[in-house]
Amino acid sequence: MNFMESLKISIEALRLNRVRSALTMLGIIIGVMAVILLVSIGQGAKEYITRELKGLGTNLLIITPGKISTSGGFHPPMSGTVRKLIYDDALAIKRRCSKVSETAPVVIGTGKVKHLNLSRDTMVIGVTPEFEKVRNLYVEIGSFITDADVDLKNKVVVLGRRMKTELFGDANPLGRMVTISDARYRVVGIMERKGVTLGFDIDDVVFIPVKSAQELFDTDSLFEIIVSVAREDEIDQATGQIREVLMKRHGKREDFTITSQGAMLTTMNTILNVMTSVLGGIAAISLVVGGIGIMNIMLVSVRERTREIGIRKAIGARNRDILAQFLMESTSLSLLGGMVGMALGIGGALILPHFIEFLPTHISLWSIGLAFTFSAAVGIFFGVYPARKASLLDPIVALRFE
Amino acid sequence: MIQMIDVKKTYSLGRTEIRALRGVSLEIQPHEFISIMGPSGSGKSTLMNIIGFLDRPTSGSYQFEGQEVSQVDDDHLAKLRNMRIGFVFQTFNLMPRYTALKNVELPLVYSGLLPKERREKATAVLGEVGLYDRLHHKPSEMSGGEQQRVAIARALVNHPAVLLADEPTGNLDSKSGAEVIDIFKRLNEGGTTLVVVTHNREVAIHSKRIFQVLDGRLVGEERLG
Repeated sequence: MNFMESLKISIEALRLNRVRSALTMLGIIIGVMAVILLVSIGQGAKEYITRELKGLGTNLLIITPGKISTSGGFHPPMSGTVRKLIYDDALAIKRRCSKVSETAPVVIGTGKVKHLNLSRDTMVIGVTPEFEKVRNLYVEIGSFITDADVDLKNKVVVLGRRMKTELFGDANPLGRMVTISDARYRVVGIMERKGVTLGFDIDDVVFIPVKSAQELFDTDSLFEIIVSVAREDEIDQATGQIREVLMKRHGKREDFTITSQGAMLTTMNTILNVMTSVLGGIAAISLVVGGIGIMNIMLVSVRERTREIGIRKAIGARNRDILAQFLMESTSLSLLGGMVGMALGIGGALILPHFIEFLPTHISLWSIGLAFTFSAAVGIFFGVYPARKASLLDPIVALRFE
Repeated sequence: MIQMIDVKKTYSLGRTEIRALRGVSLEIQPHEFISIMGPSGSGKSTLMNIIGFLDRPTSGSYQFEGQEVSQVDDDHLAKLRNMRIGFVFQTFNLMPRYTALKNVELPLVYSGLLPKERREKATAVLGEVGLYDRLHHKPSEMSGGEQQRVAIARALVNHPAVLLADEPTGNLDSKSGAEVIDIFKRLNEGGTTLVVVTHNREVAIHSKRIFQVLDGRLVGEERLG
């Protein structure tokens, strides 16, 4: 008996038990769909984050206090206390590092911003004029924080788009006063609309001069210093210069961390790859469960058709013909399920981003191939036992089976 | 054509052993019409299963067309069942969901024939047993006599050397039974070797030779006509 005959007999048998076949297939359908969908979400997230990080600029270096390795975990404090980063550190970098083009010290805190009877808890970011260029965030109406504002610790504020709408509605806020944690600030500018990046709403913040922020939060340290490098291929040199300058100022200790956007990208990718594997792995488990479902139903099918097997053997079917017939049946089940699951998985991956904005998807060919191959393998693997059982039935016993 | 010398068959059911055949020797020539008679439990069905390659003897020699069956592997036995032997059962044993045509085609599937050839051959044989107008009926849509004739057509479709029938009229009314016997007689006149197992003397008297089986032994042989 040839391949086509076995296939025909199998398809016929599956059609005779349509509901049962469909339900058995469902296990595989869901498994394959889950693998494709979850992997595509993982891949999508990775692409999205890569794009966003690149959008922030790959020529950025971020200096934070404390020594942290980007590839490993946290190190214990080297010896004694960690020296904070202060405003003068930023000034030193600005003056002495030739490869650095812009230096932006940043202080971040939270505070209640009030105007009349409206108030909103939000992020207050202390910045210098360089922040605009470094972070690619620009003022739309009015002006940004100036050097004079920083030096004189002026109480001026630039509102993010969302803050402006929340506190002032359609009114013009320029020149009006708002209260930030009991201090009164004058509104000098409104940022352009930026939207959500990496889950962080850049429109929902206010900017004040960095020194004013230090005063407001009663600290002399900085949250971070963002530095832009003129040319991307000079990032290593710039890093070296900054390290030298800061170590000199910090008593020859490297108690700060310089992170490049590229290093962050690598770290993020590592995390996301692990996440994708975990998601895919969980989905693969459901495929295995689907396979067990196939084995179960095949065992029932073999038992139900014991007499049929007996008849086939009596008129000349070899053991391997019976084996082929039932193996073909289980494989058809899983392959058919695999195809439907593939269609649903791809369809889902295409449709999902239209419903859930923050869930981008990227369909990767390898996940489709893997899920499909795996589903076929599941059909064969879990089909072998029942098919073998059928093929080894004694024809006399099988013929007498009621 | 068929030669058995001291064939024994023992089944073990747990600790107890059932000696279904205790040493049977017989010889069947081509074109013979043989009946095997005996009460139930006498071993006549076991004997037929061994003749039809569905079962292997525990000991003794069984030669089919000069070939020692104990030296033949399972795949070749399947081929012999497919090509050289035709089975007719008391309970018909048709595939309930297949039409008469597909039932008769089934042995040819395992012979590796193409669909077109299968159809032609199956149609011709169904015509021979008078079921030309029942090609596309399923067993449930046919009478017992018609079902048994489909089974006979299935057994004949590969032109076997021997047709084996186990109580072929046991589930039929007398008229259908007579029709089946008529077909058998016609086949035998056409040259087919027939072995019929029955406990019904009415059936057996149409054969040329009757073997009497009792307690796993041949206890008598009777020549007719």
